Amino acid sequence: MSDDLRAILLDQVEKLLSDAAGPDLLRANERGEWPAALWEEAEALGLPLALVPEAMGGAGLGWGDAAALWQLLGRHASPLPLGEGMIAAALLAAAGVAPRAGYLGLAVDTAPVVWGRRAAALVQVMGETVALQPGPATRQGRAGFAREPADAAAPGVPVAEGRLPPAYGPEAGMLAGALLNAARIAGALETVLAMTVDYANTRKQFGRPIGGFQAVQQLLARCAGEVAVAGVAAGQAGRAADRHGLAGATFEIASAKVVCGEAAHAGAEIVHQVHAAIGFTDDHALHLFTRRLWEWRDGFGAERVWARRIGEAALARGGAALWPDLITRDHGEGEQ
Amino acid sequence: MVGLRFDLRDTPPGSATLRAELRAFLAEQGKDWGPMERGYSWMGFDRAFSREVGKRGWIGMTWPEAYGGAGRTALERYVVLEEMLAVGAPVGAHWIGDRQSGPLILRLGTEEQRREFIPRIVSGELAFAIGLSEPDSGSDLASLRTRAEKVPGGWKVNGRKVWTTNAHRCDFAITLLRTSPAPDPRAKHQGLSQFLIDLRASGLTIRPILDLVGEEGFNELTFDDVFVPDSLVVGEIGKGWEQATAELAIERAGPERYLSSLPLLTAALEDLRAEPAAAEMVGRLIARAGTLRQMSLAVAGMLQDGQTPAREAALVKDVGNDFEQALPERLRDLLMPGRTPPEVLEMQRIMTMVGRSYSLRGGTREILRGIIARQLGLR
Repeated sequence: MSDDLRAILLDQVEKLLSDAAGPDLLRANERGEWPAALWEEAEALGLPLALVPEAMGGAGLGWGDAAALWQLLGRHASPLPLGEGMIAAALLAAAGVAPRAGYLGLAVDTAPVVWGRRAAALVQVMGETVALQPGPATRQGRAGFAREPADAAAPGVPVAEGRLPPAYGPEAGMLAGALLNAARIAGALETVLAMTVDYANTRKQFGRPIGGFQAVQQLLARCAGEVAVAGVAAGQAGRAADRHGLAGATFEIASAKVVCGEAAHAGAEIVHQVHAAIGFTDDHALHLFTRRLWEWRDGFGAERVWARRIGEAALARGGAALWPDLITRDHGEGEQ
Repeated sequence: MVGLRFDLRDTPPGSATLRAELRAFLAEQGKDWGPMERGYSWMGFDRAFSREVGKRGWIGMTWPEAYGGAGRTALERYVVLEEMLAVGAPVGAHWIGDRQSGPLILRLGTEEQRREFIPRIVSGELAFAIGLSEPDSGSDLASLRTRAEKVPGGWKVNGRKVWTTNAHRCDFAITLLRTSPAPDPRAKHQGLSQFLIDLRASGLTIRPILDLVGEEGFNELTFDDVFVPDSLVVGEIGKGWEQATAELAIERAGPERYLSSLPLLTAALEDLRAEPAAAEMVGRLIARAGTLRQMSLAVAGMLQDGQTPAREAALVKDVGNDFEQALPERLRDLLMPGRTPPEVLEMQRIMTMVGRSYSLRGGTREILRGIIARQLGLR
């Protein structure tokens, strides 16, 4: 998708989310209320099938576009399971099965399905096999930090089944999910930074805004650094997936998940420190974002999981290959 | 949204060929570089090496061909920089000239200065130092007191500069001096001017200062009625602050701000195969290095587009410094005397010591974070 088209799409989604999403909706989510109206509007925009090729009824978006969209979703604390639904539809289509309308729950291996109880159908991804199963999933419980419904995909007789092409590799579900979470972290970090700068400029102690104190400024500057690092890592991962396919972008996606996970920790720590007690209350909206930062850094492989992958590969290749391998990832430099 | 934008860039077409040339050259030149050379990286000073680099057209790459430059792009220059830094090449003898003195002279110098200095920087012949800090003026740079008084045909300079890296080995320094008293204490940024100082001028004493590693890396310059001809004024008298801050923005923008300690990871990797806990930490470091590289590349792209990414450069330097300082410490937890080769342990020790300078040189961490905080809208 061209930069212009991407900007138009992101504008539309931003408008949709700023009108409809917000703390009230997130709290309702956490009470188990399905965001029906917002989901319908997202469907009207064709978002759930956005990654599906046009020939199969989708919009033919690439992973880079998706990462940008997911970052936006993260800025609003992802008030609906759109990212998961997009991945489910994309993998299903890639495996040659026409996706159906409605929310498609994503079941990667044995992980719980977010909002599986509201899924029109479930997409079970096991290695390179993608199966469409009837929904909804069995009601189970709530995700640890985000408190959103997380349900169990009951193994059943698939309605349809297919195999992913080689470019997706045997870990496509995990990789797409890791890209989703990295992008959402990058987005949510932008919001908590903005909230915290705003708070620091309004909250007064010792007769002046606390944002005037160097101690607070230094913390927020460090937070801004991590926010920027996370945004670049997620963007780089999306771009690499467009260029090399999901499996070919394992390094960038793994890197993004590691870096964004680390940034989620550092960022959440700082924004809570600056907000102090008010940010520790249920009333304040900060935790709606920070709890999701903690949720997303755990989901689809925590930092240590992906870091070990990168590290093992680098150790096997040895010191002489370390720098050249990093550069070979560049566009057009792989052939040297 | 608050925060800064970093648009992803690609290295330019032809980079693979350029890299292949660089790698062959650096492999040959670097046969005998030990932990000390690689540990000092761009503070290392080797004129013979710099002349070889100049011969190959890798200094002043982006400068106009009329002055001996290669007329290439900022991103091509970036490729050269990162290849040099990734192996810890001792680039100090041409680094400052290539990075900031040359661009400053090209931008603000007279035609005569350009003809005089630029071709000799390009050839690797002239080495530059930076004369900013003084004994009483570090982060509060504008409080500097070394002064230049107008005399017939030039200026008479008195005062002291410190931490001038490699000044005792260099030929010229671009200095920031006070040419008129500040109108009031809050307007101390006024009345400053930049001068090219011949480091062999009479009345100038250069005393090396031993650093904590045991090297004579930096110096104290004492000016005692040093005469500087009018022809060596850079830019406009009284505009020194604006000129120097623009120069600092360029200084902060390069990949040297995250790569300083990478040669240690390269050197340690074979040994770390024997360390079960290494994979995760190595992976975390590589993940971050790859991301910082993209940020650094994004800043190079902004320079190429003619922007002045001063705040972006400050942010990349800050996160880059954190990384390059953390790396030797993370590896310390994984290296094992007895198992780890002594030269790797030696490099780790050197970088532990040299690493203190990473978050000081070119603007301390605290000053950079102050710049970032202002960008965020904090006052």
